[in-house]
Amino acid sequence: MSDPAPPPERPAEAGTLERTLRGARAAGRNLLVPYVTGGLGADWPDVVRAVAAAGADAIEIGIPFSDPVMDGPTIQAASERALAQGATPVAILDQLASLDAGVPLAVMTYYNLVFRAGHQRFAESLAAAGVSAAILPDLPLDEAGPWCVAADAGGVETVLLAAPTGSDERLRRICRRSRGFVYGVGLLGVTGERADLAATATTIARRLKGLTDLPVLVGIGVSNAAQAAAVSREADGVVVGSALVRRVLEGGGPEAAHAFVAELRAGLDGR
Amino acid sequence: MGEPSPAGRFGQFGGRFVPETLVPACEDLEAEFRAAWGDPAFRAELDGILRDYGGRPSPVTECHRLSDRLGVRVLLKREDLNHTGSHKINNVIGQTLLARRMGKTRIVAETGAGQHGVATATACALFGLECKVYMGEVDVARQALNVFRMRLLGAEVEPVVSGSRTLKDAVNEAMRDWVATVETTHYCLGSVMGPHPYPWMVREFQRVIGDEARAQCLAVLGRDPDVVAACVGGGSNAAGIFSGFVGTGAELVGVEPAGGAAIGRGIPGVVHGSKSFLLQDEYGQVLEAHSISAGLDYPGVGPEHAHLASIGRARYEAVTDDEVVAAFQVLSRLEGIIPALEPAHAIAWLLRAAPGIQGRTVLVNLSGRGDKDVAQMMERLG
Ligand SMILES: Cc1ncc(COP(=O)(O)O)c(C=O)c1O
Repeated sequence: MSDPAPPPERPAEAGTLERTLRGARAAGRNLLVPYVTGGLGADWPDVVRAVAAAGADAIEIGIPFSDPVMDGPTIQAASERALAQGATPVAILDQLASLDAGVPLAVMTYYNLVFRAGHQRFAESLAAAGVSAAILPDLPLDEAGPWCVAADAGGVETVLLAAPTGSDERLRRICRRSRGFVYGVGLLGVTGERADLAATATTIARRLKGLTDLPVLVGIGVSNAAQAAAVSREADGVVVGSALVRRVLEGGGPEAAHAFVAELRAGLDGR
Repeated sequence: MGEPSPAGRFGQFGGRFVPETLVPACEDLEAEFRAAWGDPAFRAELDGILRDYGGRPSPVTECHRLSDRLGVRVLLKREDLNHTGSHKINNVIGQTLLARRMGKTRIVAETGAGQHGVATATACALFGLECKVYMGEVDVARQALNVFRMRLLGAEVEPVVSGSRTLKDAVNEAMRDWVATVETTHYCLGSVMGPHPYPWMVREFQRVIGDEARAQCLAVLGRDPDVVAACVGGGSNAAGIFSGFVGTGAELVGVEPAGGAAIGRGIPGVVHGSKSFLLQDEYGQVLEAHSISAGLDYPGVGPEHAHLASIGRARYEAVTDDEVVAAFQVLSRLEGIIPALEPAHAIAWLLRAAPGIQGRTVLVNLSGRGDKDVAQMMERLG
């Protein structure tokens, strides 16, 4: 039987994403990482630039997958539309390579796209496109060993998710291995906007902050400036996806994306 | 067919590729299943319910007219005679008993043809559990009768409108529900797929088919059959009957639909929690399967089948929709048994293979009865 080897120790040196987030945190800033679906509309690179200009500390770029089990209706719809418009991992990474957003980028996608390409080839293609990190929500710690070996070798930071259902011991192991930041899952559920902030969002932030010095960001269900501000009283910052993607899906374009991210920024800055 | 490795691998296949939120739930389920499966009281309760409520043991029927026609001695394992009309009830009774042991009050499930949904709704009615079944919109339309049965049994049926609107998308949606409700809810997965321990656990709950069939064949034939055949979608009825014969000399044949032949046309990939053969494009996007039978309309296959195929212990063949329709009619006319379209795949393979296996003995798992498919066939055959 070929059980996967556990992930190797986290490399001693922090990558670009982690250095950037640590630096911003040290400067007293609440961190903001918006999520943009790659390949959604011809102007998606402009959306990424607009989001950077509006005050994102880093940006998550979704590479659409046909079966996104961790995503709710909004990001599913965005993924379906992008795929229907011909989005491919190769095309998205090509466009990222010439994008120059000015902030670190992390790719968010599902493991089969990585497995299909090959671990090493995928890691190399991320690095070649100037992407600092990868987030793979269906690749938990226990299965992540082979990918982490390739990612570490290729200079790609693997951000791990930490969920409210995890024991302290499990969260500790996740924090010890995560790079860039640790992604606190804000609620039991998939991505999507929620009217109210779940109590789990602050609880997971507090638990993770007690376990690690890595930047702790909370995402999933963080939908507006007030919620972002509330979460960042416990966490180092937030990831915001569906609320931004919905505006793009509705035809908002770069201007709407800029306006919304600026609103989040203001909320996080206490303005 | 033995236990998977600690990480849930059968050879290189299997594993637990799920959102982090679900990892502890999978670990708990594995521990609970291990404890229950080794607990004589649990086994006795399960066996008792399968007997007194489910109608087990199901008989083995010798098909004299079909045998004469084909020149092959044909036996059928009659899972179509189970309560709710298919093998699905074996697994569902096992999983709902486990859910009750774990203190879960709510069950979610996915269904393609509706047989797993009906079985789940039935067990939830029996045990007083809340039940929600996800079903692709396309399947809701082609299996209207089963949708009504589920609602009659008190289950909520949620049509899934994303992706291909079939079984694959119903699995996605059930998983999303489970991610959100994991503290109170058990996901009653319908086949030998998904994250560890499902492929192993479901196979163990279906092992009863193979264990009974082996003893019944010995009684009828005085020996093991030469060939054991079963249809494969996710692969649970096949895994169940194969597990009785994997240690014998019998040849094992899994029969896939030509438009959804994950083993025949797929390559290794990861979806729905495990690594197995998968229909996918050059980038790893999952392709849609196409089959006349909603229960086999799935682009993946259970990881243990991928393993059995890769070590050559089982062989996987594909049949076309037209061959299936012909087999559906042949079994009905010659034996008075209207099969579900799923096991009609196994019969279709037998009809095609017969000239090459003259005089041999073939055991076919008749995984379900055709009531649910009669309206669809009426439209097709007029
Ligand atoms: C009668 C019958 N056989 C077979 C199947 C396919 O399932 P599996 O391949 O897991 O046995 C189904 C699924 O709905 C079914 O209803």
